[in-house]
Amino acid sequence: MSARFQRLAETGRGTFQITVDGMPVTAAEGDTLIVALLTSGDSVRYSEFDDGRRAGFCLMGACQDCWVWTADGRRLRACTTQAVAGMAILTRLTEGVWPRV
Amino acid sequence: MAPRVIIIGAGPAGVRAAAALVEAGLRPVLIDESRRDGGQIYRRQPESFTRSYLELYGTEAGRAQDVHRTFEALRDHIDYLPETLVWNISEGEVHLQQGTRYSRRPFDALLVCSGATDRLMPVPGWQLAGTYTLGGAQVALKAQGCAIGLSVVLMGTGPLLYLVAAQYVKAGAQVAAVLDTSTFLQRLRALPQLLTAPTALRKGMALIKVLRRAGVLLKRGVTPLEIEGSAQTGVTGVLVDIGAAQPLTIACDAVALGYHLRPETQLADLAGCTFEFDKEVGQWLPSIDTDGRSSASGVYLAGDGARVRGADAAECSGRLAALAILRDFALAAPADELARLRRELARLERFAAGLRAAFPWPAKLAAKLPDRTIVCRCEAITAGELRRVVRDTGAIEANRAKAFSRVGMGRCQGRFCGQAGAEVIAAAANVPLEAVGRLRGQAPVKPLPLALRIDDGLDHEAHQICPEAESCIADHAIAQEYCK
Repeated sequence: MSARFQRLAETGRGTFQITVDGMPVTAAEGDTLIVALLTSGDSVRYSEFDDGRRAGFCLMGACQDCWVWTADGRRLRACTTQAVAGMAILTRLTEGVWPRV
Repeated sequence: MAPRVIIIGAGPAGVRAAAALVEAGLRPVLIDESRRDGGQIYRRQPESFTRSYLELYGTEAGRAQDVHRTFEALRDHIDYLPETLVWNISEGEVHLQQGTRYSRRPFDALLVCSGATDRLMPVPGWQLAGTYTLGGAQVALKAQGCAIGLSVVLMGTGPLLYLVAAQYVKAGAQVAAVLDTSTFLQRLRALPQLLTAPTALRKGMALIKVLRRAGVLLKRGVTPLEIEGSAQTGVTGVLVDIGAAQPLTIACDAVALGYHLRPETQLADLAGCTFEFDKEVGQWLPSIDTDGRSSASGVYLAGDGARVRGADAAECSGRLAALAILRDFALAAPADELARLRRELARLERFAAGLRAAFPWPAKLAAKLPDRTIVCRCEAITAGELRRVVRDTGAIEANRAKAFSRVGMGRCQGRFCGQAGAEVIAAAANVPLEAVGRLRGQAPVKPLPLALRIDDGLDHEAHQICPEAESCIADHAIAQEYCK
């Protein structure tokens, strides 16, 4: 998957790793989670209503179109969550994990 | 005893209001959803970022810096609650969420400075990955130093269309086109009103010059036809009618879409404010007097959350509302300043009216949307389904049509589909927009974590926390998920 967001400024920051669906992804210090996800991929989740992949919309916490999950079932709104080293993000809730929303 | 004042929102309106109250010897509570102050317009980048005020805010660098400095000087004199959502308002109390903690705060006076979000008109394909709001495209750049794609089309209308486009060009992004639904003639007709703020008008024209100099394709009077792309990989282009024999296709991998702004009025609604239909903007707005007093006793409204008049007016109306609070609680408020602020706000209102005339909401597009167009992005509900509901059930009132079609019931709670949905209903039923009414604000105004705990160390059932739980379960999808 190619990157959707393009970094244009503040490119000299330190980086760290998170995982997305088990795959390692590099994030930069100060990134929101959605920026970490979309500078390494082109979307963040599936629409629950079968119209395809979604990549967020308002980027200011109003549309709720960038929800992702942690491995232990917590729901995160990627545009208002800071990326933190070691985060394990799932773009889809796996079967058998009870959502702890 | 000094009145307990709560301000919601730490943007330009909230910060100026807090300053005025502190000057009068009060210690207001300032509650804000974001991690840092500034609101959307003067949103701050993370502490470790190094871009200058000029790079971030352009011609508004001085104002942004002044609002930020004012806030910093206030820190020891206010109770500041960042990353805190006000999700409900009941008699004299706001209900708060911080992480998984729930608490309440009483107030004697409440000033809501809730800001605005983009006003959206659907277009086929706007659900595709890579479509963002204009405001969102700006957030990506301002707060995170990113462009939303390699090649970006900006489409819609309003001052933000040209501002974001110019900011993208200056930051080195590739802007494939700027496509405006409003016409040159509309702008020309608005000129007398726009001349009430000649400096702002000049700044706007300078943005267009930036775009022309960069060779950006600029089209006015367009009709958006489709955002093209794939459900799996997202946007590949935009199709617009430019009045020529053939529609124009522009290849891109990202679209920023928006038609000016809509105020965030849910909290005013929950606070019991009366709303009135504003024919000129085609929106239901909470009633306010010159100084920002709502119809509800002790509730005041300022900034774009009350009326979309821009950042300068937000500063002005925030301070004005604070002076109204002081006067209503029989505290000294400087009379000369009151008169000056009212004059200034009236001037900025004339300019805002000019912008509305220059960049009008394209209401008529709603009737022409193909049936397959998704209106509700949350739940992928189409214009055709909404029209079917109007036709088959006779539901023309917004909340009734919502109950049958689910348009407005998704987790954005109608923020992005509500206004266009009302236009679709009005056109399908052949009634004036006013007859459709408005979607009622519902608590919680944003989804809450089910694991919410009352801040007293004890566990409580969710229904004890959410006083609306039973009614929301009956008619509110979000509540079904989060308040049961």
